[in-house]
Amino acid sequence: MSRKMRDNLRAYLFLSPWLISLLLFTAYPMLASFYFAMTRYTIINPPEWIGIENFVVMFTKDELFWVAVNNTLYFTLLSVPLQLIAALMMATLLNQSTRGIGFYRTAFYLPTLVPAVVTTLLWMLILDPRAGLANGALEALGLPKLGWMYSVAWSKPALILISLWVGLGQPMLIFLAGLKDVPKSLLEAATIDGANGWQRYWRVVVPLLTPTIFFNLLITLIASFQVFTTAFVATATAAGTTAAGPLNSMLVFMVHLYRHGFRYSAMGYASAMAVVLFIVLVGVTIAMVRLSSFWVHYEGTPPR
Amino acid sequence: MKLRAVLGKTMVHGLLLATSLLFLIPIWWLFISSIKPNDEILTIPPIWWPSSPQWHNYVDALTSPAFPFLRMLFNTLSYCLLATLGTVLSSTLVAYAFARMRFVGRELLFGITLATMLLPSVVTLIPTYVLFQRMGMVGTYGPLILPYFFGSAFNIFLLRQFMLTVPQELSDAAFVDGAGDFRILWSIMIPLVKPAIIVVAIFNFIYAWNDFLGPLLYLDDSTEYPFAIGLYAFRTRFSLQWDLLTAASLAITLPLIIAFFLLQRYFIEGVTMTGVKG
Repeated sequence: MSRKMRDNLRAYLFLSPWLISLLLFTAYPMLASFYFAMTRYTIINPPEWIGIENFVVMFTKDELFWVAVNNTLYFTLLSVPLQLIAALMMATLLNQSTRGIGFYRTAFYLPTLVPAVVTTLLWMLILDPRAGLANGALEALGLPKLGWMYSVAWSKPALILISLWVGLGQPMLIFLAGLKDVPKSLLEAATIDGANGWQRYWRVVVPLLTPTIFFNLLITLIASFQVFTTAFVATATAAGTTAAGPLNSMLVFMVHLYRHGFRYSAMGYASAMAVVLFIVLVGVTIAMVRLSSFWVHYEGTPPR
Repeated sequence: MKLRAVLGKTMVHGLLLATSLLFLIPIWWLFISSIKPNDEILTIPPIWWPSSPQWHNYVDALTSPAFPFLRMLFNTLSYCLLATLGTVLSSTLVAYAFARMRFVGRELLFGITLATMLLPSVVTLIPTYVLFQRMGMVGTYGPLILPYFFGSAFNIFLLRQFMLTVPQELSDAAFVDGAGDFRILWSIMIPLVKPAIIVVAIFNFIYAWNDFLGPLLYLDDSTEYPFAIGLYAFRTRFSLQWDLLTAASLAITLPLIIAFFLLQRYFIEGVTMTGVKG
């Protein structure tokens, strides 16, 4: 056996767990999702080919599908920008001074550690419509109390509020690291050229930070489209305690998919939903990467 | 000029302090509710300290038959520890191959690995479930733990980046002395990339501790529940008896908060690494 071949063999021995994982837990399920999407499949009986019927039903008959799409878009379009803007603001403020940085970092990061079930229950307590802490604060300010998770209009803002509490710490720390990497010499040069603090921030710091912004945007966006636990627990809890409940106002895409796949045993239909979400997410990712050349400046390329 | 600087600093700190309080109040609220009598939890105006702290809420919650604490602690710990062990072992091995070994298809395979990092997990969810169902593993921890033993893209990537920073000369010298790849990995690489391995371990442990969808899909017997699902079931049993529910909630969160304070350096480093190297 030649030396080269031995090298290859040894390397593939090291790689073998990952190759198995790629085949068994990535490639196979991905392809199978596309196949199941074209079938009626209850897991008890073998899949039965029905062509594109699942997609036809999804787009034309399943009204809840569109409710779920709308809810997910509403949630994503508000929570992602708010999370990122707030995280960047906090990181910028935090970068101004080093005193107490440990305390602030801890305060913003701690919610990230709390299990999602706990987070949801805790916020349902705070946002209790009768006498929760949030409504107590609103009342003290002379504002009307809100129904939050128990109302159709306010349940999604409640979910967004939770996502802000949970989702700020991680991007904030990443932004902070990015801000620390901005070379002092560039800022000094800008000062000598007569730029004030505001101009330095928008013309020097932010352009240098665009790769970090892009990274955070991509990660938060993909996660947000797949939001599950908060909406699932909140819906189940709110529906279980009052007759009124929030109807389908917190029915997000993943919850709808879960119900079809694992409650109604409609694995084919759920796979079709997964395929749709997959295609949308891949499309969004590709579009964002393409668009990024217009606003993301990697080191070495001058800002436009 | 000086006055302006002082004013600016004060404003920055004021803003930071106000926002961080907004972030800390919910955690305080979780704690304070857990030691309140039930009728002081939902009140307007809010009560910030109970008339008499009800520490027995913890005893009541953790000894309640509906919340088998020790059983769930055992389940959760074994799940988290095995998952962490699995991913550390497999990802280190694979990362070493990508960082140090030469083989046909390396660039392609690494490209695929990076691509799977962005792959939305939803597209593999159902067939993976079907697969484990066929293998007779639904209802056990198998589907939750087994995949960890085959590596994860993100951990492989992170560890590889770290291994690339270890000087090649070190492994070359060991190679000349007759050490094989396993030896080099074990006695040179692993000690040098220990911080990265700790980061990977911590984040996986916490991920498994908090995982909700996985146990929800795969476990159906309540004696097998880890904390995340156990708390969810407890909530339904007690239809929002907030004193016990918040006590149980804090009890399952506290270990993570303590871990954070003990290992803070690794947490910050870990999150930062993901952003900068990603």
